[in-house]
Amino acid sequence: MDEYPKQYLYRRVVKAKLYIDSHFSSAIDLNNIADEACFSKFHFVRLFRTIYGKTPHQYLTDVRIKHAKVLLADGATVARSCFSVGFDSISSFTGLFRRRVGVTPAAFQRAALDTREDVASRPVKFIPNCFVEKRGWAK
Amino acid sequence: MITKLNHVSIFVLDQDSAYDFYVSKLGFTVNTDASMGPGKRWLTVNPPEQPDLEISLMAIDEGMMFKKESAAAMRDLVSKGTFGFGVFECNDLNATYEELSAKGVEFTKPPTKEFYGYEALFKDDSGNWFSLGQKNRE
Repeated sequence: MDEYPKQYLYRRVVKAKLYIDSHFSSAIDLNNIADEACFSKFHFVRLFRTIYGKTPHQYLTDVRIKHAKVLLADGATVARSCFSVGFDSISSFTGLFRRRVGVTPAAFQRAALDTREDVASRPVKFIPNCFVEKRGWAK
Repeated sequence: MITKLNHVSIFVLDQDSAYDFYVSKLGFTVNTDASMGPGKRWLTVNPPEQPDLEISLMAIDEGMMFKKESAAAMRDLVSKGTFGFGVFECNDLNATYEELSAKGVEFTKPPTKEFYGYEALFKDDSGNWFSLGQKNRE
């Protein structure tokens, strides 16, 4: 706990992380992020990994998969979801998605759309009964 | 034998605003967002690494749960920061503090070493306060 980087180093790494959060759909060059944060690439990756438990590249992939899940759950095609979040190959996107999420994008979408339909048509199925009764939603 | 907690409620002043706070700022995941009729909504979110804990962002509405006076009193108490709803955990408190501060989250206590650990305090958009600590590092 005594080996934490100083706060100004945190600010620079957090700034880089927020940059990834807001530019994930673009072709992000992690070398440029390290440069902008005034770090050597090695130093940047090491600090990022210390703070977030994963490399910037792994984090970028996670952010893209997370946003792809939202798009798929909203009914976007696999291709559109893939390209909208910054992947440039459907096959690599599908493979990555399957490894991270455990199912293919298409299977994830089918399940998400089924759940959404179920929530819309039978919402009380997703709410503990005590809340349903307390709020007067039983009827 | 009780084995786990799977639902907990946080009373909020406005569910749209709470959605923005907990999802856009804190990075929580929406679990269930269901319309329960005009002006009624069941909204739950999960902390990113706890998909089996649903936090219900509960509107303080006049109705079966609250009579008019009770709802007004509850809203007043919440907005005054009366209630602390729990302790959140992160991997790195300094980094999380920097990030959430940059996103406009109001901290009432910056990361501070206490005898019981390293913690900060922040408020949600309604006024509810939380402690934020970090996992012990090896």
